[in-house]
Amino acid sequence: MSVGADPGRGSRILGDLRGSGQGSIWIATASTIVFAAIVVAVIVTSPGWPAVKKAFFNREIFVDSFPEIARAFLLNIRIFLIAEAVILVFALLIAVLRGLPGPVFFPIRALAVVYTDLFRGIPTILVIYILGFGAPALQLSWLERFTPLFWGIVALVLVYSAYVAEVYRAGIESVHRSQEAAARSLGLSQPQTLRFVIIPQAVRRVIPPLLNDFIGLQKDTALVALIGPIEAFRQSQIDVAATFNYTPYLCTALLFVLLTIPMARLTDWLIARDRRRQLAGAA
Amino acid sequence: MSSKCQALRLDGVRKSFGKNEVLKGIDLDLAEHEVVCLIGASGSGKSTLLRCVNLLEPIDEGRIVVLGEEITAHGVKVNEVRRRIGIVFQAYNLFPHMSVLENVTLAPRKALGLSRRDAAAQATELLDRFGLADKRDDYPDRLSGGQQQRVAIVRALAMQPEVMLLDEVTSALDPELVAEVLRVIRELADGGMTMLIATHEMGFARDIASRVCFLDAGVILEQGPPERIFSAPEQERTRQFLDRIIEAGRL
Repeated sequence: MSVGADPGRGSRILGDLRGSGQGSIWIATASTIVFAAIVVAVIVTSPGWPAVKKAFFNREIFVDSFPEIARAFLLNIRIFLIAEAVILVFALLIAVLRGLPGPVFFPIRALAVVYTDLFRGIPTILVIYILGFGAPALQLSWLERFTPLFWGIVALVLVYSAYVAEVYRAGIESVHRSQEAAARSLGLSQPQTLRFVIIPQAVRRVIPPLLNDFIGLQKDTALVALIGPIEAFRQSQIDVAATFNYTPYLCTALLFVLLTIPMARLTDWLIARDRRRQLAGAA
Repeated sequence: MSSKCQALRLDGVRKSFGKNEVLKGIDLDLAEHEVVCLIGASGSGKSTLLRCVNLLEPIDEGRIVVLGEEITAHGVKVNEVRRRIGIVFQAYNLFPHMSVLENVTLAPRKALGLSRRDAAAQATELLDRFGLADKRDDYPDRLSGGQQQRVAIVRALAMQPEVMLLDEVTSALDPELVAEVLRVIRELADGGMTMLIATHEMGFARDIASRVCFLDAGVILEQGPPERIFSAPEQERTRQFLDRIIEAGRL
């Protein structure tokens, strides 16, 4: 039942340093500096460096294009937030449907399996194209009000829900059967057992892999550009075309990285908080 | 109704897992307020029997009657039956993501519809009674095995069951923690709770049970008052089993 790791342990990267005093911190710092210096030296002394520097690390172009790209990046964030909220719910539904017991629910289980197989199999970019160009081509009047942005989000939701549903399912199956027996023996119904006992434990266990999928999703918001919407990647393409310089791409890359780092730290914090609560009791 | 004082009756209960027949026709009666201990080797069917009474395992044949109502009949509302029958497991099975209080109040709130406040008041009273008042807000990981098992008993009691089933509730505990759990069970027996207890604690069975049933290979081979079963068993198999227990120093 126990979660395992010792709550007092630090991060996996710095953990060993803490126990062994000041000396090892200096060694770690020094070796990091030396390592970084070597990498920089190799790059800067390479024959193509002056050209690369001009094409990718142009300060003026960076300053010029950054505000515009950052504004376009807000669209990526919007796509990501909407998609993520829908995926969290939709994928859980798929995972639960796939776990329904009994022969009556066979068609529903089968449908869930087909869905996950299908959308994990098709490349995201194809799903975006098929929906983005295919759905409007049906020329159904009630479909016309939906924009390419909408279809892009739908495509991302469909693809990532298939992954996330599998993550949820693994989490649900990792909760021991005895938990279900305990809940049912108290008179809780099957849905109540899932909702209050199984799913809360399952979700806690899958937070890290879930976050991993969401980082993937953040990056794939750039693919929506292929059917029209001008998000950060498309905006940087426009800037690159205007300046004949690749620095705007670097801008976009930087923005994506800045988005993922807080996400990763947030997850670490959530996991640590959970562990603290369970081991230390409530405050 | 002739079964007025009858809390639990099993009639020819059979249960198989695949080709392995675990229960081969169990007949058993428990009067209200009676405490019956099931003894027998591992694999003799004690746990399966208790799980069948709680409807955690569907039975293949026979019937189970609780306070005059057949719970194995078609169309019986399983969740309502389970609310009347408490079960405590060998491995406690507390919910690790919930505090002690949440563990105890979950089912009264969700299955009986008690308000949060009423459920908490009732739980606090029960926890207090079993010496767990100061553990109310702790999570199960922080408790000793004995404390966890007492919380599990309280959790079952919070549903105000009419019958309690205890499935080797001390088997997973360190020896020095067994006594505190047995004390709780004794208190329940003194309070008139009808209990069916599967146990390896023969001394405890002798003290607390009004009747002891020896389960062997899926049948109740012998039953009677503990004094007789433990001192003058009629069946050869019972004698062999008790000899092994004595050899192991557990009686």
